[in-house]
Amino acid sequence: MRTIRMGAGAGYSGDRIEPAVELVEKGDIDYLVFECLAERTIALAQQARLRDPGAGYDPLLDARLRAVLPACAAKGIRIVTNMGAANPVAAAQRTCTLARDLGLTGLTVAAVTGDDLLDAVRAGDFTLAESGERVASLGNRIVAANAYLGAAPIVAALKDGADVVITGRVGDPALFLAPLIHAFGWRMDDWERLGRGTLAGHLLECAGQITGGYFADPGHKDVPDLARLGFPIGVVAEDGTVEITKVAGSGGRISLATCKEQMLYEVHDPARYLQPDVIGDFSDVEMEEVGPDRVRATGATGSPPTGLLKVSVGYVDSYVGEGQISYAGPGALARGRLAREIVRERLALTGVRTSELRCDLIGVDALHGEALAGGREPYEVRLRVAGRTETLAEAVRIGNEVETLYTNGPAGGGGAWKSAREIVAVQSVLVPAERARPAVHLLTS
Amino acid sequence: MKLRALAHSRTGDKGDTSNISLIAYDMADYAHLEAHVTPERVSEHFRGIVTGAVTRYALPKIGALNFVLTGALGGVTRSLALDAHGKGLSSALLDLEIPDRP
Repeated sequence: MRTIRMGAGAGYSGDRIEPAVELVEKGDIDYLVFECLAERTIALAQQARLRDPGAGYDPLLDARLRAVLPACAAKGIRIVTNMGAANPVAAAQRTCTLARDLGLTGLTVAAVTGDDLLDAVRAGDFTLAESGERVASLGNRIVAANAYLGAAPIVAALKDGADVVITGRVGDPALFLAPLIHAFGWRMDDWERLGRGTLAGHLLECAGQITGGYFADPGHKDVPDLARLGFPIGVVAEDGTVEITKVAGSGGRISLATCKEQMLYEVHDPARYLQPDVIGDFSDVEMEEVGPDRVRATGATGSPPTGLLKVSVGYVDSYVGEGQISYAGPGALARGRLAREIVRERLALTGVRTSELRCDLIGVDALHGEALAGGREPYEVRLRVAGRTETLAEAVRIGNEVETLYTNGPAGGGGAWKSAREIVAVQSVLVPAERARPAVHLLTS
Repeated sequence: MKLRALAHSRTGDKGDTSNISLIAYDMADYAHLEAHVTPERVSEHFRGIVTGAVTRYALPKIGALNFVLTGALGGVTRSLALDAHGKGLSSALLDLEIPDRP
């Protein structure tokens, strides 16, 4: 049976670059997919675009494409990525310039637009899924509203001969599903195959998380050579069956355990994995090790999508000020606790208004509270104070109050650090799918 | 015995909801996990951290349970928590004490 080989070149915007180069050089792949757009990234990119109309795409676009474009062009490997973020057209223009700089003329670069639903969401009467409030309650604090588009515009771009397809927000698995629909001619109502292709995309979308990253636990789950972690290759057959593997000799490990963990990553009901093109059903998936670092997944299926698109709404939520300082040696915990009380009292005395304040002792209770920590006393502790404020000026004062512990606090406080930042938060609304109008723009280098 | 002896786990996040998978190393231990790692046990284990409901989904064909915890993260994108994504919750789950295998 004919197969397509897809490589996952990045699992988030800051991901390592060499593993993608390794896939291109040694992976014998047909498609290279870079997934680089986290929930909040697009809202931050939209803010960048407002400051500079030519900006708003992934800051590592240049570095990633420079590293792989010449070899991809030589081997006919097609690239699909959401590095367009808030400005896919500018990203495509930049890609054409880069390609020409590299001596690659005649490449077709496609930009997929239509995910930006800011006007529709502002004008409509939508309810935020997380808070239950109306979108209107966010007023002019909204900075972005982007729908998770499906595979169709990417398929259209590939049909038009695009060597590189650059999108904004699309469902992450759709970046992988689209090449399969294109290559195998799957129908858009073949729910079983779309479900299987979605599983393949879901397994691959976080790149190193299925080859041994986010997995190692020495003595329990050992993974060789994580510094040279290889990124995954999905070998997908016409019937949608997927095998996950990696370049021989690369670091990491692919096993039933790594694949099962990744299959359930960010999944709620495994029978209803909601995507724009299909509802994936992974509940009857079976996995089998079919060779070294090679696992086959079968049994996924799907059903028709809901007809509603998830739209991430980014808005300026608040400001957060933070300060940290460390204590070590005998009595470290008592001094950390004293420091915590001093900062709490100082913030009250000096009138810093916070709507939420956390005073954690890293090494004791910062991640899961005191109950799970079980009362074990550490050699060193680090106080971390983080508070939410309405203004940046007040946020700055939180870190300052931690820093003044150097000369005004308990003995031996060291390594103070502080920050204050604007928080762009994200909630979501559901919008009828027909409100989004995806479009493909073709450019030539 | 600690859950960590029989199973491994990974945490994912969507909005304010966390999911924690629990996967048997040996398929033969799946029934033991299913019997003892109930949503109620998990909810009790995370008391004070998780404010919402705990729902459990079973995937017997891969020997796994998937726990979905609402109100677990204080809103990832606005959370003041050090581990805003709750990445460490899987390790905390594996510290759960369960009866020895029969």
